Order: sequence, then structure tokens, then C-alpha cells
Amino acid sequence: MSVDKFNILESAFVPLPVENVDTDQIIPARFLKATVREGFGEKLFMDWRYDEDEKEKDDFVLNNKKYSGSILVAGRNFGSGSSREHAAWAIYDYGFKVVVSSFFADIFKNNALNNGLLPVQVSPGFLEDLFMENSKDAGCMLRIDLPEQEITILKNGRKEKFDINHYKKECLLNGYDDIDYLLSMKEKILEFEKKL
Amino acid sequence: MIAKTLFDKIWDSHVVSSIPEGPDVLYIDRHLIHEVTSPQAFTGIENRGLKVFRPEKTIATADHNIPTKDQHLPIKDSLSRLQVEKLTDNCKKHGIDLYGLGHPKNGIVHVIGPELGITQPGMTMVCGDSHTSTHGAFGSIAFGIGTSEVEMVMASQCILQPKPKKMRINIDGTLGKGLSSKDIILYIISKISASGGTGFFIEFAGSTIRALSMEARMTICNMSIEMGARGGLIAPDDTTFNYVKGREFSPKNADWDKAMKVWSKLKTDNDAKFDRELHYKAEDIVPMITYGTNPGMGIKITDKIPLSKSLPEGSRASFEKSLAYMGFEAGSSMIGKKVDYVFLGSCTNGRIEDIRAFAGIVKGKKKAEGITAWIVPGSKLVEKQAKEEGLEKILNDAGFELRQPGCSACLAMNDDKIPEGKYSVSTSNRNFEGRQGPGARTMLASPLTAAAAAITGKISDPSDFIN
Ligand code: SF4
Repeated sequence: MSVDKFNILESAFVPLPVENVDTDQIIPARFLKATVREGFGEKLFMDWRYDEDEKEKDDFVLNNKKYSGSILVAGRNFGSGSSREHAAWAIYDYGFKVVVSSFFADIFKNNALNNGLLPVQVSPGFLEDLFMENSKDAGCMLRIDLPEQEITILKNGRKEKFDINHYKKECLLNGYDDIDYLLSMKEKILEFEKKL
Repeated sequence: MIAKTLFDKIWDSHVVSSIPEGPDVLYIDRHLIHEVTSPQAFTGIENRGLKVFRPEKTIATADHNIPTKDQHLPIKDSLSRLQVEKLTDNCKKHGIDLYGLGHPKNGIVHVIGPELGITQPGMTMVCGDSHTSTHGAFGSIAFGIGTSEVEMVMASQCILQPKPKKMRINIDGTLGKGLSSKDIILYIISKISASGGTGFFIEFAGSTIRALSMEARMTICNMSIEMGARGGLIAPDDTTFNYVKGREFSPKNADWDKAMKVWSKLKTDNDAKFDRELHYKAEDIVPMITYGTNPGMGIKITDKIPLSKSLPEGSRASFEKSLAYMGFEAGSSMIGKKVDYVFLGSCTNGRIEDIRAFAGIVKGKKKAEGITAWIVPGSKLVEKQAKEEGLEKILNDAGFELRQPGCSACLAMNDDKIPEGKYSVSTSNRNFEGRQGPGARTMLASPLTAAAAAITGKISDPSDFIN
């Protein structure tokens, strides 16, 4: 699967100020039985979004009409736990293009990047600012600039640089994926196998 | 020559090429697949018109979804059945060996790999399951990957990976009574937190580790991922070689001698540098249990749950949310808390030693009233051995039942779900909200602690049951 291109995004954001959001919360295991990639967005944060009778829980951010946008801003250590890529699929399928946190679990970060979902790691202070600005104004807009590797709170111009692996950045900007790259390496791989 | 860590030696010898300012192209020796994270990857390569590049280096099993009772019958849940059938079709189409449901050697992917001799020192191994780190116990680089990466390996037997940082955790000294390697790893995670290992690959070393059996080492490497690490590994030694020797896929005769020449060199050089190094003493370790909703929230079983104000301000909200989910009060003691379910199993503690440990405690006693216990072997071979050794009889006499192998209540994708609000002492690896079923409340512990809970109906110190 090749990924969608990403360049610059301006959007409001959905705040989820919870630490250690693990993959079992993002997509509970009982929904991993599908054999296709589509449709996971409906199951995103299932047990936080709905009660036992499948009624929406009013107090959960995704059910709060106040919040919108294609950026999710979450507490520290986002995406810990399982290697299930379904977590990244669910977030992307729901409509988020960017997840901002002050710390990401390794495998989640990889999975996100492999699916065109951009993880933006900011400092703890910047994250706090984001939550604060959002509590004052739920429509508070952010600008995510991938070429410049910069995140900006549009209202006050406060910005921060973020890191991304150079190779992965190129992939996202151009919509390439890793498999295209690996397939182009066939000769080298065959060469390597001769030494085994 | 520059001094290298064990990790560097294995990694460097598998790099096909390096992308400037990017990841390495790493060659993979063994790719393990199962029903849950593979179907979309098969579809992916087929959409590109490809076949699996090296099917002979790929091994499949069905484990996550399958029932642990009446395995001879068709799977009742239609979605699970479809996933398992899909795996069978895909394996057939691509020429991959499948140890599927009903196969005499079926089992949890991280249990059968070592058991069949597929896992060997010095290898690179991946699987679409984070607990692939288990195989690191043999001195291999093994880590979990996502489905896009499964697709990469299917297409090219390679994966793009940035090289992680290296940490060494040394544990020295002799473990006391009532303790197992599960307590060691829960202790370490409680010290460095559920994210303390992020970005690292961890080598476990020291006299305590050297004295452990292969099963016990696997438990440690298995849970290295629960501190956020990419994986864990232990240098191979005689314990490793004796375990590997004579298994179905291990090298034989002249090949064995050749392999041993390479394997015996697999250790960290004396003056090799780690990015971080930690030291612990076995004498400080006691039976551990978790009280919260991530594996870092563990304490000594005899301790009290911490008070919110003893924690850094930024962590208090998550801590309180976690206790509310568990229905526990800060400052209360773990000993004596009521237990409803006991789960012995998973790729963390579903091996023969774990069943022996559990049986050792419940022998001659009776399961407590009100306890539901699921004793789930990690594989068909473990199940068979437990029967042959008379462990099943001991379990039955004490009122327990040995089920059939699978992941079971570790992630509750099959029928083995802990009901909402119920308390479970579990030997698995994750206590996340809902991990063992919606609303389930999980306390992670060793097989010994699980056995003590199973016969008393409450959290009890296992050392009291050991002579
Ligand atoms: S037992 Fe649990 S952790 Fe192990 S492979 Fe199965 S689901 Fe994953």
C-alpha cells in the first residue's frame, strides 16, 4: 500500500490529555478479527466512546461536538503496548492525519509513519500549552509543516521544531512506501544471501 | 578491533545496506506469522503481484483467536474461523509451513519457535506480535513488527529499521524462595517504568540471569517490551546450547559443530559501551504484583498501593484513573484482596516449568471456592508433557482443569474473557484496561503467586506455601 502524501496541515485539534494511552484502548483486541484494513475508524477508542449498551459516553472527547479537526493531541507515552498496526489504521481511518504527544512508543511510531499518519513529538511544556489553549478555545488552530518540521499554535504564533527521520520524511512528502524501496534492492539482497 | 556488544555483532552481520540518514536494510532469518496480523499483509503483496519471497524462512501458527476447549470442533465465532481459514489458504498458496489448529505441534508462536528449534542464537527474527522479544533469550535479535512490516518481510525477507540504542541490565545474586523470573522482570519494570526502555534494545546479564533456565529467561525477554524496549536478549551459554540441541529444526551433526563455532562467540566484548547501564541485586527482589493498568505499576506483594501525593504531579491524574478502573484505594494493601479469576498461561508463563510451579503449590490442596481458573498450556507439546509428567492429575485432584493451548485470556480474543469488574490474577504480560475483556481487572504476577491466589481465593504471598 502506498501512503497519502503529506505536506502542510492547518486544523483544529482533539485533546486527549491522558498518559500511557495503550493500543488496547485505541483498538481493543476483540476487533482485530478483520482480514481487511478498512473500517477500523468506527472502532477507535471503542470502550471509551461507548458504554455497554453501545450508547455514546458524553464525557469522551470524540463524542463532544465542541472538538473537531484532523489532529489528535494526547498525553505522554502514546501508543504503548501491542505491535498491532490496527491502532494506526483506526486513528487514520477515523480521520486523523497527525498525532501530537510528548512521547511515543517505538512500534506505534513506525506503524503510524508506514500508514501516512504523522507522529509529532513536542516538549512537555509545549504539550501543556496546547491543552491550555484548547481549554480556552476549543477551535484553537494548529499548523503542522512537514517540510519545515515545525508545529505552530496559529493564534499566538508559538512554535516548536519536531524531529523526523530524513528517510521517512521523504517517503511521506512523496507518498512512497518502504516496500517500493525494498523491492528496488533485490539485487543487493540476493548478493547478501549468497554469504549466508 | 573495536569492542562490540552482542547486539551490535548480530545486527551488523545482518545489514544488507544502510540508507544515509535513514534506517538500515536488515536481513531477517526467520519470520513467524499468525492469523491476526498477516491477512492484510498477504493481500498487500498479492495486490503488487508478488509471492512470498522466502517461504522456507517463514513459519505460521494459529494461536491468538482459537478456543482452548473442544479444538476438534469448528471454531464457533465466525470472524475467528474466517481468520484462521484465511491463514490456512494463504500458507497453502505461498508454500509456508503451518502449525495450525489441530496440528500436534500447534501452539503460541513464541512458545513453538523455541520448542521446535526454529529459534537459534545469532538470528534475526520478527513477527507481527510485540512479544517476539521472547526469542531474544537465545541470543538472537527478535522484535515485534506491524502489518506493513510483515508485508515488507514477505516481499523481500528484509525490513527497514533504524538501529536502536543499547542498554544493559545486570542482575546479580541469588533469588530467594517463592520467586521466579517473572518477579525479576516485574521488579525491573516497576523501577524503570512502562516507558523507561523506549528506544533501546536491552541485554540482560549478570549471575542471576546466568543461573536461570531457558524458560525463565524467555519470561524476562518476553516482558522487556513492557518497559517500552524494542526487545531484550541474553548471551547464549551452555544452558542455551543444551536446550537447542536435538530439537526438530536445530542443526545436526557437522552442521551443529559449525554452528557452535559461531554461537560460542556470541557475547558482548569486555570493554564494549552501552548507551545506558543498570544494576540490580537479586536479594532486593520479592514476589511482585501489579495494582494498576500498566505493567510498570507493580509493587512487592506485601506492600501497600502508593498514595497519589507520593507521585510526580503530572502522573497523578493517570494514576487515579487507573485506580478507579481497578476499584482499589490508594494506600491499601494488596495481600488479602479478593480474586475471582486465575489465568496461568500465555507466551510469558505458559511453558512446562510454569505449569510445574503452579502444580507444585496446589498439590494436595483444593481450589478456593468462587475461583474460576484457566490453566492454558502454551503449546500442544507443553500440554502433552504436562500430562506425561502427571501434572494434569495433580491439577485435577486439586479441582483444576488443563485446557488446550492458545493465547486465551492473555488478550481475550476468544471466549476466555474475564467478565466486567472481576479481578484476575494473571501470569500474562499486560494489565491494560480491557485487555482480558471489557472492564476486566488484571493483576500480573508469577505462576507461584497465581497458584497461591487460586487456593486461597485472595492475593497471598507465595513464599508462605513453599517449604
Ligand atoms: S500469549 Fe498474549 S502476548 Fe503472547 S503472543 Fe499470544 S496474545 Fe501475544
